[in-house]
Amino acid sequence: MLAYIRDRQGQQLALTIGIVALIVIFSLLPMGRLLQEVVLPGGTLSLDIIRNGLFSETTWVATWNTIVVGLGGTLFALVLGVAVALLVSLTNVRQRQAFVLCFVTPLMIAPQVTALAWLQLFGPSSPLLNILGIAPPLGTRNPLYSPEGIILLLGIQYAPLVFLIVRAGLRKLPRELVEAAQSSGAGWFRVLRTIILPLMTPSVVGAAALTFVSCVGNFGIPAFLGIPANYLVLPTLIYQRLAGGGPAVLSDVAFLSVLIGIIAMFGIVLQDRIASRRDFRISSTSLPAAPYGLGKWRPLVETGMWALILVILVLPLVGLILTSLVRGYGITLTAETATLENYAFVIFEHAAARRAFGNSLYLSAAAAIFAVFVAIPLGYVIAWGKQRWIKVLNLAVELPYALPGVVLAIASLLLFLKPMPITGVQIYNTVWIILYAYLARFLILAVRPTVTGYFQLDRALEEAAQVAGAGLFTRMRTIIFPLIAPAAVAGGLLIFMTALCELTVSALLWSSGAETIGVIIFAFEQGGDSKYAAAVSAIMVATTFLLMLVASLFANRLPDGVLPWRD
Amino acid sequence: MAGLSIQRISKHFGAAKALDDVSIEVADGEFLAVLGPSGCGKTTLLRMIAGFEDVSGGSIEIGGVEVSSLESSLPPEKRRVGIVFQNYALWPHMTVAENIGYALKVARVRRAERDKRVADALALVDMQQYGDRRPANLSGGQRQRVALARCLVAEPRLVLFDEPLANLDVHLRASMEDEFAKFHKRTGTTIVYITHDQAEAMALADRIAVMDQGRLMQLATPHELYHEPVNEMVASFISQGMVLPAEVLTAESGGQCRVRLLGHELDVRCRAGEQPDPNAKICIRRSQIAAADADEPGFDGTVVKAIYRGGASRIEFEPDALPGTRLHFDEADPVRCETGQRLRLKLTNGWLIPEREAAGC
Repeated sequence: MLAYIRDRQGQQLALTIGIVALIVIFSLLPMGRLLQEVVLPGGTLSLDIIRNGLFSETTWVATWNTIVVGLGGTLFALVLGVAVALLVSLTNVRQRQAFVLCFVTPLMIAPQVTALAWLQLFGPSSPLLNILGIAPPLGTRNPLYSPEGIILLLGIQYAPLVFLIVRAGLRKLPRELVEAAQSSGAGWFRVLRTIILPLMTPSVVGAAALTFVSCVGNFGIPAFLGIPANYLVLPTLIYQRLAGGGPAVLSDVAFLSVLIGIIAMFGIVLQDRIASRRDFRISSTSLPAAPYGLGKWRPLVETGMWALILVILVLPLVGLILTSLVRGYGITLTAETATLENYAFVIFEHAAARRAFGNSLYLSAAAAIFAVFVAIPLGYVIAWGKQRWIKVLNLAVELPYALPGVVLAIASLLLFLKPMPITGVQIYNTVWIILYAYLARFLILAVRPTVTGYFQLDRALEEAAQVAGAGLFTRMRTIIFPLIAPAAVAGGLLIFMTALCELTVSALLWSSGAETIGVIIFAFEQGGDSKYAAAVSAIMVATTFLLMLVASLFANRLPDGVLPWRD
Repeated sequence: MAGLSIQRISKHFGAAKALDDVSIEVADGEFLAVLGPSGCGKTTLLRMIAGFEDVSGGSIEIGGVEVSSLESSLPPEKRRVGIVFQNYALWPHMTVAENIGYALKVARVRRAERDKRVADALALVDMQQYGDRRPANLSGGQRQRVALARCLVAEPRLVLFDEPLANLDVHLRASMEDEFAKFHKRTGTTIVYITHDQAEAMALADRIAVMDQGRLMQLATPHELYHEPVNEMVASFISQGMVLPAEVLTAESGGQCRVRLLGHELDVRCRAGEQPDPNAKICIRRSQIAAADADEPGFDGTVVKAIYRGGASRIEFEPDALPGTRLHFDEADPVRCETGQRLRLKLTNGWLIPEREAAGC
């Protein structure tokens, strides 16, 4: 009898040890190192850093600004994302597939590319406005250099994130629940308000928390729009301090990052509270509810939806592409002056740019695949585990993502500046330190949808396999993996696309030979070569489209819901 | 096949007691139903037998081997117990045949034998032509059959049913009931069947364990439960028996004793060794209530409600001697009763409830 007890505990123990090791390496170790830098700089207890930080007015202004744009961006993204999800999922609008594809695309474009595109669109040198002859005179301030501009772009950037999560929830809404309410005499708006939206609470709250965390930690948009207006948020403040002060200010910067971590924690804890208050599990699977007929309003609603696409996607991309075709600053773009030289330069002539394309592809693919395979056992323990310490688990995995990329980069720097103990391996100044940071940072993007997936899965499916004699690992492989894979793979895809043009982490960790695409775009823009930055960005946008197309070719072999832009 | 022995098990969730000192012996090949209102602990009991919940005290043996105790617990995957889940729990990503063959695949049974046994299991539940279907394309009854086939194919020592008919419509219920009965006869499997439906339990089970608030009330054959309930809960729960206060006048003799209730005296059945007692309770079935002539011993009262049920009326009656108490019985056509009508009734028999602690408080 002892044998089987040992056997059972063997697999449980292996799972537990694996997960604890993972959490320690990718979350506790860097975060601990960071805290140590704040409280115990150089190994002695000191509160000087905290006191300096608290008495600095800049700190408080930046904190306030962070909260303002964080909440503003979240609210805007929520309104936009939920409204579009409801329209697409519940009404009879046409060309859904194409619309979803267009609406989700901004999420796959890196924030700094979005910022660049919008600036190109509205600035005095905008090729588009110049072609139309309505460009503001040179020297006019770009209206996007403001908190409103930051909120607008954050909202547009993350509305697709909200959309994807809420849409996934709506897909699983059983038709009977809606029909039961309708037959109780409830009109469509009442059903929406009393049945659909309450059932979508976990999706909406989860989306809100994730968006808030993303907005608070965003670096690209406030860097491009806020710094010129001297409107600093915590991530840009950190970046400026580091750029100006170098390693000497690492401790001050560590304090600021702890501060932003605290802000993000509010979002995470709130989400946790609300989600655990009620049981929202939907166990039955059935056909989706019949779409609501918009009647004579349909053409109007459809026009509005496509106008939205025009504004959030088409115009900025056109601005970006036009900039990439410009021969030089100040030259008005016409059919005669348009050129592909910029593309040829970044693809064939610039060695670092060529390396960057390869590096970014490998890095993001590795991070995505790793995250999918880790998220499934991790989500299992978080969603279905009985142990008490599991609540802490979720928070521990959230941390590296909740903290802005700059902070994780600093934590990684602090960790790996010296060679690793015992082995003596040095990953500082190599591509491996970037991979480490990517793994730590993006894991949560796969864990979240996976945990949501577990909550909506009937556990009797696993128990049935258990009584059929399947051990933990067998159940994982044959039952849990196939059922939960769509959610996890969708998360992996998000990771791949986010990591492909990642800037914040790699901006601080890159070294010669280990450049990433984000770094290259940033370097070109910093150097005043907007045309090259636009060219690389345009290539990345095209690559993203190509990836989506290739993945769509295999859609028939994939479970439903794996590809977020497909209906 | 194997017997099941549950010895004094308890289960606490924090301060709440889900199960309290429950002991049940199930013989090899027996069909045992566990019956009780919702929240009585029957599902917890099933999950403990299956190994999904640890025990807080006591032990469980399957086939004479201990599988659960406070010290150790055999994991569910090693217990060789089959479960038919209430919502079927068929894996949506596998075909019917793959669902059924899963346990064999896990046990590394060779392909050829596996296919044969899956085919046999499908034939057993009359689903031969559905092997390639997905569960989503099956009706409720068909899913139930697949779930049954799936749990059988591994030749479990014990099969647990978790309210398997709760999600089916009435017609399907009746035919599935037949099917379960046939299946039990054919295979001789030991079955523990959880349900809150007493008609279902009576129709299927060799013995029924009635549970309430985490405690085992009575474990007996359906016949015994009906005629000889041990306490008030069982008496009133099974077939809505009526429980009336009475005074026991004589000691037991020949399985009977004399009691006075509702002001008249009669002989009722009782356990051996019962003694005179002023505070006893009697269980009355509706068939034991009859009309009495004016000069016969009996009791008077008023008809409170009469509902025509086709062929007979269901009468609710309030005796003058015990205002507030309702007796109910059926009155076959052509006799008709009206609300407010005065009647004189008598009791032909009854059962002296042996456990009296509930009556004292």
